[in-house]
Amino acid sequence: MNPAILGLFTIVAGVGGCLLYFWGSNQFLDKVVFPAKGPKAGDNINKANMVRPWLFLFPAMFALGLYLAYPVFETLRLSLTDHDQGGAFVGLANYNQMFGEPKFWEALRNNLLWLIVVPAASTAFGLLAAQLTDRIKWGSIAKSLIFMPMAISFVGAGVIFKLVYETRPADQNQIGILNAVWLQFDGGFGSFLMLQALPTLILLSFGAIVAYVGWIFVRPIAESRQNGGGAGFVPLRLFVGAAALYLVYLSISSLIGVFTFDYPYGEPQTWLTIPFWNSFLLMVVLIWIQTGFAMVILSAALRGIPEETIEAAIVDGANPFQVFFKIKVPQIMGTIVVVWTTITITVLKVFDIVFAMTNGQWETQVLANYMFDKLFRANDWGVGSAAAIVIMIMVSPILVWNVYNARKEMK
Amino acid sequence: MDNIAGSKSSLGWLVNISVVLLVALWVFPTFGLLVSSFRTADQISGSGWWAALFPSEQTERYRVADPDENRIERGDLFVVEGNLFEEGSAIGEIQSWGTSSRAVDAYQSGDVADLGDGETFTLDAAGNYVWSGNDEQISGRGQRAFVTAVSPPEFTTDNYVNIMTSGDSNDNMAKAFLNTLTVTIPATIIPIVVAAFAAYALAWMDFPGRAILIACVVGLLVVPLQLALIPLLKLHVGIGIGKGYLGVWLAHTGFGLPLAIYLLRNYMVGLPRDIIENAKVDGATDFQIFTKIILPLSFPALASFAIFQFLWTWNDLLVAKVFLIDATGQTTVMTDQIVNLLGTRGGNWEILATAAFVSIAVPLAVFFAMQKYLVRGLLAGSVK
Repeated sequence: MNPAILGLFTIVAGVGGCLLYFWGSNQFLDKVVFPAKGPKAGDNINKANMVRPWLFLFPAMFALGLYLAYPVFETLRLSLTDHDQGGAFVGLANYNQMFGEPKFWEALRNNLLWLIVVPAASTAFGLLAAQLTDRIKWGSIAKSLIFMPMAISFVGAGVIFKLVYETRPADQNQIGILNAVWLQFDGGFGSFLMLQALPTLILLSFGAIVAYVGWIFVRPIAESRQNGGGAGFVPLRLFVGAAALYLVYLSISSLIGVFTFDYPYGEPQTWLTIPFWNSFLLMVVLIWIQTGFAMVILSAALRGIPEETIEAAIVDGANPFQVFFKIKVPQIMGTIVVVWTTITITVLKVFDIVFAMTNGQWETQVLANYMFDKLFRANDWGVGSAAAIVIMIMVSPILVWNVYNARKEMK
Repeated sequence: MDNIAGSKSSLGWLVNISVVLLVALWVFPTFGLLVSSFRTADQISGSGWWAALFPSEQTERYRVADPDENRIERGDLFVVEGNLFEEGSAIGEIQSWGTSSRAVDAYQSGDVADLGDGETFTLDAAGNYVWSGNDEQISGRGQRAFVTAVSPPEFTTDNYVNIMTSGDSNDNMAKAFLNTLTVTIPATIIPIVVAAFAAYALAWMDFPGRAILIACVVGLLVVPLQLALIPLLKLHVGIGIGKGYLGVWLAHTGFGLPLAIYLLRNYMVGLPRDIIENAKVDGATDFQIFTKIILPLSFPALASFAIFQFLWTWNDLLVAKVFLIDATGQTTVMTDQIVNLLGTRGGNWEILATAAFVSIAVPLAVFFAMQKYLVRGLLAGSVK
């Protein structure tokens, strides 16, 4: 059958079937099982109303259970068995095998890099865009243009950025804009400004922000030990502090790198094959897509800030930067966390970008693509499932946090 | 509110410039691909897409027709006449030209070059030349001419025609386009219907365990669909659906449900209680309340989710690859087709850019037409 006709048939059958199911089951309940007449009418109405919610819920719950809940447990089971041995239980052998593969550690390392860079950069750019566009006349047009990449598929974005990173031999015209810009640098003052001064500025501000966030977390321990407020958070605070310290160290050491690195001026670069840095070029694609999302949500949050607080700050002599960082940002901290976690989940699942642009070559592997590789190329279901479980474990803190918040909100 | 202390006027231009830069940075990559999709293969590989926006100056080397065969005797001189562009392609209206590679712009079009001892060469803007001299001069190899022409920006829609009608099934996007549409429409509509009923029950019906179910939905929102791939593929193969449209519709329905239920429930909870209670007092059943009151009032939320699900299913690669595309490749979708093109046609940007734009165009149109609902859905859908 022609797929288009099949599709039309499915729409009619699916939608019609759903409506028929809901209508029919309600009728059946009211007319046949618990008819609202006769001696037990009142009792029957009550009973029918007890059952009815489950009639409404059944198809959705069935689909959710089958397509999302059951696979979690089934994947866990599969990760402990060996597909080639007819599904025999092998304990943690798949995990052992996976941990022994350098490609897995490469994927994990890259995923952690993605987890730090993409949510941070998207949120920062989104906040910047939200704040700036709120203040100008053509702000809504600017917003819509920055938001536009949201509609573009990861694969489409991959093609778009492959053109940006395209390389031609040195004696031909460059058609990738990144190489065309790169060839403009010749080691002169302009190069110093863009390739050394600007990265220094970025690294310094990154280090400063990380140090500040780390300090916010560690300060309660340093200042007052007896002031409890959840002793269980102490390890978390120390962990965040240590991570911040490491990132500060990392940015300072890269700072030295910026000045000692010998830039290959005048040679076109094949950007996507430069190990380590190519991961960042792939991250740019996701940042480009996600910034619009961050901007839309943060812009709504910024507009929700009570004006009195800002007016009071201005009357007290705060400059625009102080108003932004000390008045506005703290008030939308909750929204920033939401944006951050939402992008984090997207990052953990990122597959298409890497698959389309490098397919994990040149040390750009990430977990989701590693898993796909294991499943459908190596046909190793055990290790593939183990990789999926690793992704699930990385998502689960956010899952718990979301459920906790949703329950708190409902009470 | 920011201009109370006069800060706006002092920072206004800075803000405007920053936003212009930011927008340019965000639009440029897409714009580059769009421009490239309207250029020929030669143009794309000859210069960057940004060059296509301006008139381009091009210098080419030509050689006039073989004098031994084409010369005509005219008086005591021999003459070769013709047009440089007869063989090979024209590069546009000639601005300047030269006869040696050291001075390619020595003459303007229409000038007569004196090559010594009475030998002359002249060339007009359209490429017509007259080369004259004595018997010895007009012989051997033809005179070389270095021609510089300025051609206006030139665009073509041939790429789009090619890619939609190409006989090569690897290049042809028309089929993939229809397949994508076939996947997308049922996969958008069915979850809406299923989710709307569940959302109504979770929002307006009282029953034990409601809070736990809502918490479950919130939890399932973030479950990575990577976990579902193998178990469900096994299940689909096991119950005979195999790889195909039915499987991909079901999978998209399942994966889209948590967001659908969450969005719709949040919206329905906010509907005024009075309307629903009045209807109940008047004797309406839950089914009637749902179809006659709740559904029409929930239109904005339904539209929000429909856009999400549409964009997500249209742009999806992973679910289609796992549940739909079989070894025959008859059911390939556009995203998959583009990934294949990246492998087989890595350097053919006229094909890649056009294929990518065919797949991007529909979501972009939906995006710009219904942005209001998308924003509303985003604001409601991010778990607070």
